[in-house]
Amino acid sequence: MRKRSNWSIPYFIFLVFFVVLPLVLVAFYAFRDREGSFTLDNIAKFFSDKDTLSTFAVSLEVAIENTLLCILIGYPAAWILANKKYNRSAVTIILFILPMWINALMRTLATAQLFTTLGMNLGKGTLLFGMVYDYLPFMIYPIYNILSRMDNSYAEAASDLGATPWKVFWKVTVPLSMPGVMSGVLMVFMPTVSTFAISEFLTNNKIKLFGTIIQENINNSMWNYGAALALVMLVIIGITSLFGGDKEEAEGALI
Amino acid sequence: MTDHIIEISHLSKSFGGKKVLEDINLYVRRGEFITLLGPSGCGKTTLLRQIAGFLQPDEGTIEMDGKDISGIPPHKRELNTVFQRYALFPHLDVYDNIAFGLKLKKVPQDEIDKRVRRVLKLVAMSDYEDRDVDTLSGGQQQRIAIARAIVNQPKILLLDEPLAALDLKMRKDMQIELKEMHRKLGITFIYVTHDQEEALTLSDTIVVMNEGRIQQIGTPVDIYNEPVNAFVADFIGESNILDGTMIRDKEVSFIGHDFKCVDTGFGENNPVDVVIRPEDIYFTDSDNKAQFTATVKSCIFKGVHYEMFVETELGYELMIQDYDAYPVGETVKLYIKPSDIQVMQKLRTANVFETEMSGDGTVSIFGEDFECKPELGISQGDAVTAEVAFDKVELLDHMEEGTLEGEVHFILYKGNHYHLTVKIGEGQFIYVDTQDIWDKGDLVGVSIAPKDIKLTKRDEKA
Amino acid sequence: MKKILAKAYIWVLLIVLYAPIVFIAVFSFTESRVLGSWQGFSFKLYENLFTGGMQGGISLISAVNNTLLIAGISAAVATLLGTVAAIGIFNLKGGKRKAITFLNNIPMINPDVITGVSLFLLFVFLGFSQGYTTVILAHITFCTPYVVLSVMPKLTQMNPNIYEAALDLGATPAQALRKVMIPELRPGMISGFILAFTMSLDDFAVTFFTRGSQGLETLSTYIYTDARKGGLTPELRPLMTIIFLVILVLLLVINLRKDNLNRKAVK
Repeated sequence: MRKRSNWSIPYFIFLVFFVVLPLVLVAFYAFRDREGSFTLDNIAKFFSDKDTLSTFAVSLEVAIENTLLCILIGYPAAWILANKKYNRSAVTIILFILPMWINALMRTLATAQLFTTLGMNLGKGTLLFGMVYDYLPFMIYPIYNILSRMDNSYAEAASDLGATPWKVFWKVTVPLSMPGVMSGVLMVFMPTVSTFAISEFLTNNKIKLFGTIIQENINNSMWNYGAALALVMLVIIGITSLFGGDKEEAEGALI
Repeated sequence: MTDHIIEISHLSKSFGGKKVLEDINLYVRRGEFITLLGPSGCGKTTLLRQIAGFLQPDEGTIEMDGKDISGIPPHKRELNTVFQRYALFPHLDVYDNIAFGLKLKKVPQDEIDKRVRRVLKLVAMSDYEDRDVDTLSGGQQQRIAIARAIVNQPKILLLDEPLAALDLKMRKDMQIELKEMHRKLGITFIYVTHDQEEALTLSDTIVVMNEGRIQQIGTPVDIYNEPVNAFVADFIGESNILDGTMIRDKEVSFIGHDFKCVDTGFGENNPVDVVIRPEDIYFTDSDNKAQFTATVKSCIFKGVHYEMFVETELGYELMIQDYDAYPVGETVKLYIKPSDIQVMQKLRTANVFETEMSGDGTVSIFGEDFECKPELGISQGDAVTAEVAFDKVELLDHMEEGTLEGEVHFILYKGNHYHLTVKIGEGQFIYVDTQDIWDKGDLVGVSIAPKDIKLTKRDEKA
Repeated sequence: MKKILAKAYIWVLLIVLYAPIVFIAVFSFTESRVLGSWQGFSFKLYENLFTGGMQGGISLISAVNNTLLIAGISAAVATLLGTVAAIGIFNLKGGKRKAITFLNNIPMINPDVITGVSLFLLFVFLGFSQGYTTVILAHITFCTPYVVLSVMPKLTQMNPNIYEAALDLGATPAQALRKVMIPELRPGMISGFILAFTMSLDDFAVTFFTRGSQGLETLSTYIYTDARKGGLTPELRPLMTIIFLVILVLLLVINLRKDNLNRKAVK
C-alpha cells in the first residue's frame, strides 16, 4: 500500500513554490538595485527617509491605538456574550461575526460615507473610529471563543477560596483568557499596519499608512524599495508572532 | 452551639421546571465524614453546590452553625471545595495555587509561606512548590487541590467526586489517605460520590439519594444490612430482590415458599419487596434444615468466594456467594436465616396516572392520547385516575411504534422477571415488568392495550 | 440591573457596527446619485444593477462575474488540494509534520499586502503575464491553508480504524476512500470550501497586486478604482445590500445546522 503521508507532497511543493519562494524573492529584491546587483541602499533608504519613517511611526501608533481600543471595547463585549447569564442566543454572536464576511473595502467606504453624511471631518479621529469598526469583530471573536470554552469551575474555585466576583475576574478570568487576547492582537495589529486603501478612504487621503507606501512603490515600479519595506514588515510580523497567539485557531473556528 | 454544623431543611431545587431536589432534610454532625451517594443525576452534586454557595435553593434553608447561609455568596462562606476535575488554576504554579486564598485574605507573606509548606507536607508534596500544575499527574493534582482547600482552615471540606478521575489503584490509595487526613484535620468532610464501595469505606454516615430525594440515611453497616427499599438494596452491594407477600408479622412468602422473618408492621397479605444478600443463602445437606431446593446453573470463582446462580423448582433465579463451589447441574438444598431476610415496603404496586380524559375513549398519559375502554359516567374532560399494572405495559423495539417514547432508566432483576423504570421525560416514569432483556439506555416505544387501562373518576375538589 | 447594562452595551455596539451597512441599505432604495440625500422610494438602482442600464454598468457586472468565477475556481481547487494535503499531513509525524504545518500557517499570518507583493515579485521574476491565472493561483495560495484547517479536525475525530475496517471488508483503497473517508470528511470540506470562497470574495490586496495591467477587475478593485475617481457608483448600494443579505442567510443556516448536528450528537 502506498503511504498516505505521501499525499502531503503535492501541497508541500505548492507551498515551497508559492509561499517560500515568494518570501525569498522579497528578501532577494530588497537587497538588489535596479540592475540586479547586491546593495544595502534600499534598507538604508528606509532608515534615512523621513517621510517613510514618519509614516511607519504613524502606522505603528494607529495600530497600537486601534489594538488597545479593540481590546478595551471588545473584551467586555466578548465577556458578556460568553456569559450565559446575559446571553443565551447564538444569533447575537453571529451578528458580531457577520461584518467580518463582508468585503472590507465596502464596509470601509460605507463607514466613510456615513461620516461624511454626518458632517464629520475625515482625519485621525475618523481613521481610528473606522479601524475599530473594521477590526473589532476580529478581537471579539477569539476572546469570546476562549471565554465560552473556559471551564466554569476555575471561577467557582476562586470564589470558593474567598475571591469576590471582581477579584475572580482579574485574578482568574483575565489571565486565563490571555491566549484569546493575543490571537485578537495578532489579527488586529499587523493588518492595521499593513492596510492600504482603507486609511485613504477614511481620511480622504490625509493619512497614509505603511501598507500604502509599499503599494505606491510597487505600483510605481520601485520594486526593490517596495520589497525592502515589505521585508521590514516581515521582520515585525516575525516578532509579533513570537509573542502572539493562535490566529489559525481564531479564524479557523469561524465556521 | 449544637452538635449540628449543617442543618438543611425542606430544600428544593428545580432547573428549567425540572425538579432536581425535592424536600431535602439533612443534618451534618460536627467533625463527621458524611457521603452523599447516588447514581448520576440523583441531585447529589446539586446539593453540594448549594452548600458551597454556587447555587441558591428555590425553597428551604441551609443553616451553618445555626445561621441561615442561603443568601451568602461562596467567597464569604467558611468552607472550601475540592472540585471534581480539581480546577487548579493553569496560569499559577503549585505554590500560588495553594496561596491563592490566603493572599486574598491578605495574610502576611511569612505566614503564607509557613502554612503553604505545612499543607504541602500534609499531602506529601513538599518538593513540588514551583511546579506548573499541568506537569503533575492526576493523583498529584488531586493532592494539590486538597491542599489548596485545607490551607484556608475551613470548618467544612466539600469534596465533589474527587477520586473519579483516578485509576483504580490510585483511587484505593487516596481513599486511605483521605480517611487519614480527615482524622488528622478533625474537620467535617462532606463527600459526593457515585461509588458505593468508596462510600462504605470512607464514611461515618451515608446519605443515599435517587431522583432528587433522600432514600436512606445511616451508617455504612445499617445501609448495607437494612436497606429501606429496593433501590438502596440494589445500589449498595449485590442482592437478590424479589416480590413477596407479607403473610402476617414475622412471616413472609416469596419464590413460592413461606419463610420466617423478623420484620413486623407490614400488615397482612400485603405485597412487599424482599432482599436477600447473596452471602446469606446457605447450602445444607440436612433435609430438616433445607427450606427449598434449586439447580446450580453457573459457578464462577471470584477470588475469595464463588458466585453461583441457581434456579429454584418454580423458576426463580438467585445469586449465591459461598466459599465452596457446587458443580453446575447439581440439585442443592438451601436455607435462609430469618434475620437475613430484609422485608421492605413496595414503593408502588402499579402505574398510577392522575390525568384527564382527552376525548371519548382516549385518556391522556404524559401528553399522549391512549385509547381506553369507554366507561360509564366518564366523558371528555373529566379528571380520572388511570391505573396500569406493571406487566401490562408493552415495550417495543422501535420508538416510533409506541404511543410514548422512552428510555430504559433503571433495571431491577426480580429472580424471574425484570422490573424496569422507563423514563418518558423529566420526572415522568412508567414502570414495567417484563421477561425480555433490555439494557440501560435502550430507547423504546411504550404501548398499552385499551383493556389494561383501569379508569376511576377523580373528584376534582378532593 | 447588571443584566440590562450588559444587554445595552451589546446592542449599542451592534447598532454602531451595523450603522454603515444599514445606511447603505436604506439608500439603496432611492434614486439619488449622492449618498445621504433621500429622493423618494425607488427600486431604480436595483433595476439598473440587474439590467446593467447605467453608466459603467457593464464593467460592474463583469467585475461581479469575475469575482464569482475567481472565487469559485480558487475555492474548488483549494478544497481539493487542501483535503489531499490534510490527509497527507495527518499521516505525517514529527519534524516533517511540524515543518509543513509551519509553512501552512505562513499565508494565514502574513498580511494581505505581503502575500500580494511577494506573489507579485514571484510572477515578475518568472516572467508570467499577469491576469486571471495569476490571480487564481494567488487566491489558491491564501485559501488552501484554511481548507487544511477545516478538514484536519474531521480527521482527528474520525475513528482511525474505519479505513482499515473498509479494507478488511473487501474494499479497494480507492473504494475505501470514496465510500468511507470522503463521507466522514465532507462536512470539513464543505466548511473549507465556504471559507475559501468567502476569503476569495473578500480579497482586495492580493488581487490588486497580481491582476496585472490588462484591466481585470473584481468587485474589490472596481470599488477601489471607483472610489479613487471620487464618486461611488450608486448601483453598488443595492449590490452591497444583496451581498449582505446572502451572507446573513448563509451564516445563519450554517450555524443553525451546526447547532442541530451538535444537539443530535449529544443525544
